[in-house]
Amino acid sequence: MAVSTTSAPITYATRVDKVGARYQFTRALRIAVVVLYATISLIPVFWMVTAAFKSRPDVVAIPPKVFFTPTIEGFISLLTKRVLLPPGMMEEYKQRTDLNFAERIMAERGQRITGPSQYGQRLLNSVIVASASTVLSVLLGVLAAYAFSRFNVPGKGDLLFFILSTRMLPPVVVTIPIFLMYQQLRLYDTHLGLILLYTVFNLSFAVWLLKGFIDEIPREYEEAALVDGYSRLQAFRKVVLPQAITGIAATFVFCLIFAWNEYAFALMLTSERARTAPPSIPTVLGTGGIEWSAIAAGTLGFLVPVIIVTFALRDYLLRGVTFGALRK
Amino acid sequence: MADIELRQVEKRFGEQYAVRPLDLCIKNGEFVALLGPSGCGKTTTLRMIAGLETVSGGRIILNGQDVTWLKPSQRDVAMVFQFFALYPHLTAWENIAFPLQAEGERRENIQRRVKEVAELLQIEPLLKSRPGALSSGDQQRIALARALVRRPSCFLMDEPLGALDADFRETMRSEIKRLHILQNATTVYVTHDQIEAMAMADRIVVMSQGVVQQVGTPAEVYHTPSNLFVAQFIGSPGMNLVKGHWADGVATLPGGNRYTPPPDWPEALNRGLSSSGVIVGFRPEAVHIHPNGQLAATVYSVDLHGAYTMLVLEMGDDHSIHARVSRDAHFTVGETMRFDLNPSMVRFFDPKNERAVPITNRN
Ligand SMILES: Nc1ncnc2c1ncn2[C@@H]1O[C@H](COP(=O)(O)OP(=O)(O)O)[C@@H](O)[C@H]1O
Ligand SMILES: [Mg+2]
Repeated sequence: MAVSTTSAPITYATRVDKVGARYQFTRALRIAVVVLYATISLIPVFWMVTAAFKSRPDVVAIPPKVFFTPTIEGFISLLTKRVLLPPGMMEEYKQRTDLNFAERIMAERGQRITGPSQYGQRLLNSVIVASASTVLSVLLGVLAAYAFSRFNVPGKGDLLFFILSTRMLPPVVVTIPIFLMYQQLRLYDTHLGLILLYTVFNLSFAVWLLKGFIDEIPREYEEAALVDGYSRLQAFRKVVLPQAITGIAATFVFCLIFAWNEYAFALMLTSERARTAPPSIPTVLGTGGIEWSAIAAGTLGFLVPVIIVTFALRDYLLRGVTFGALRK
Repeated sequence: MADIELRQVEKRFGEQYAVRPLDLCIKNGEFVALLGPSGCGKTTTLRMIAGLETVSGGRIILNGQDVTWLKPSQRDVAMVFQFFALYPHLTAWENIAFPLQAEGERRENIQRRVKEVAELLQIEPLLKSRPGALSSGDQQRIALARALVRRPSCFLMDEPLGALDADFRETMRSEIKRLHILQNATTVYVTHDQIEAMAMADRIVVMSQGVVQQVGTPAEVYHTPSNLFVAQFIGSPGMNLVKGHWADGVATLPGGNRYTPPPDWPEALNRGLSSSGVIVGFRPEAVHIHPNGQLAATVYSVDLHGAYTMLVLEMGDDHSIHARVSRDAHFTVGETMRFDLNPSMVRFFDPKNERAVPITNRN
C-alpha cells in the first residue's frame, strides 16, 4: 500500500487502549448513564421553565403539553395584584384605550391589574439577607479558619468540635426558642435577624471547609513573607488569601445557596418587612385557584441569581468541590 | 553584614527537646553549615535565628543587638526555604520585588534592583514566568534572587539544594558559593549532606538529636572528629572504627591483630580511657598496604572507582573496614593482606562515653 505523503499528520496522542471495542463500549455506557441521570434531574427544571410560559389551561393540561404557545401571563400574575372583573364591566374595561401591554393580556383573562405585587421586594430581601450573611460567614470563617490552621489556639480541638456541633441538631428543633428570643430582642421580621441567624448556621460550615483549604497552603509562603518584611496581617492578605481563593469561592457559593434556599426560619421569623422569597413563592395564590404558571415564574426568577453566581465562579467551584484533587 | 551569636539557645516542643542549649558565634562574612541527619534540629535552629520560631530559652544576638523577641521582619535576615516557597500567584519578577515592596521602595529603585540581581543570577529571561512554569533549578535561582535583592545582613538557607536533581546540585552549589564570595554576607546554611557542607562551609556545626557534636572547619571535623558520631557521619564512607582492648601499650583488635600506636599516644590513652576498652579510628586513606604491616585482614570486596580503588576488608568476623588504595594495585577476594596505618591519621575513642581521646600535648 502506498503511503500518501500528503496525509494528515498522525496524532500520536491517540492511545491504542482508547480505540478498542471494549473501551468504546464502556465509554458509551458511561455516557448513557450520565445522560440518563442528567435527564432525570432536569425534568423538574424543564417542567418549571415551560410552566412559567404556559397559559392557564395549558399548565394544568393532562398529559402535560410539551408544545404550546408561550405567554408571559405567569410573569404578569407574579408581579401584580389583580381583581376579577364581572363580565359586564369587563367589556367596558377592554374598550379603554389607555391600557398597557400587561393590562391588555390580563384583561383577556377577565382580570384588572390593581398594583404591583410584593415579589420584587421579597426577592430583594432575599438578595440582601443572603449576600450579607454569606459575606459575613466567609469573612469571619476565613479569619477563624486561618487562626485554627496556623496558631496554637488554646482548646483548639474542643473549639472546633463545638463549632461543628452547632450543626448536629436539626435546625427545626430550635425554631420556637429562636422565635421567642427574636421577639424579645426585636429581631423578629428584620433583615438583621435573618442575617445573623444564617451567618451562625453557615459559619461552622465555612470554618471547617476553609480550614481544610488553608491547611493545604504550606506555611512557608507566609513565613517567606514574614522574613521579607511583612506583618502577619499583610502576609495573610497578600499571600494566603490569593491562594485560598478557590476555597473561598467554593465556600461562598455553598453558604449563598444555603442562605438563599432557607425556608423554615424565614417562614417563622418574618412576616411583612423582611420576608424572603422562599416562603412567599408558594403563597402566590392568585384569584381563583393555584396559579401554577405564576409560581413557576417566581421560582424561575428565584433561580436566576444563584445560577449567575455559580456560573461566574464555576472554575473555582470545580476545583473547590473536588478539594484540589482536580487541577487546571 | 553581621555577627550572629547564639547564647544557650534552646527549643522544646512540649516536653520534647528539638534543640538542646546551644552556644554558637558566627563571624561577619562567615559561611557556616549546620550539618546533621534529618530531625536533629537544624531547621529549628535556623528558624529561631530567623524569628519564625520562638526560643524556649537563651538569647540571640544579631550584630550586637538582642533580637530574641523581635519579629522576623525586624531582624534584617533573608531566608531561602527548602521548597523555595515562591509565591505561586506572582510572576518571578513580582516574587523578587516582593521584599522591596514591603520596604516601600520607590518604583524605579525596585526596577533597578530586580534587574541587577537578575543579571547577577542570569535569570532575566525567566522574569515574566510564574514559578509553576519553571524547572526546580530556575525556581531555586528565583528564590535566591528574592533573598539577595534586599541585601540583608545575613542569609539563612534551609537545604536549598535538597529539592534539586543530583546533576544540577553541583552547579547551584558553586553558584551559591560564588554569590557568598561576591556579597560576603554572613550565611547560615542547613544541610544533611556532608559533602555539601565540606565543599561550601568555612565552618561546620555538626548536630545530632538536638545537640551540637562539634564545631570546626571542614578539615577539623574530618580529621579530628570529637566523637564517634562525627567520625561516622563525616566522610563517605565514614571513619573506620575498630573495637579493641587497651593494655600494656598495645591495642588488641579483632582477628588476632595487635596494634602498637604511634609514640605520642600510649600516655594519652592511659590517661584518657575510662576502661580497658578502646576504639581505633582511621580514614580509608590512612591504610597503607605493606607486606610487613602490623595489621592483617581478608579482602571481602574490591570496588573500582576509576581514580582509586576501595577495598572492603574483614578484620575477624563481621568487622569490616574500608581501605582506599591506588588504582594500580590488584587484589583478589579472599586474599589476606597486611597493612599499616598512617601514624598522623589514627584517632582513638573511648567506647564508654564515645568521645575522642585527646592527644597528649607534645611539649
Ligand atoms: N512544630 C513542631 N512541633 C513539634 N515538634 C517539632 C516541630 N518542628 C520540629 N519538631 C521536632 O523537632 C525535631 C527537630 O526538627 P527539625 O529542626 O525540623 O530537624 P531537621 O531540620 O534537622 O531535620 C524533630 O524531632 C521534629 O519532629
Ligand atoms: Mg530540616
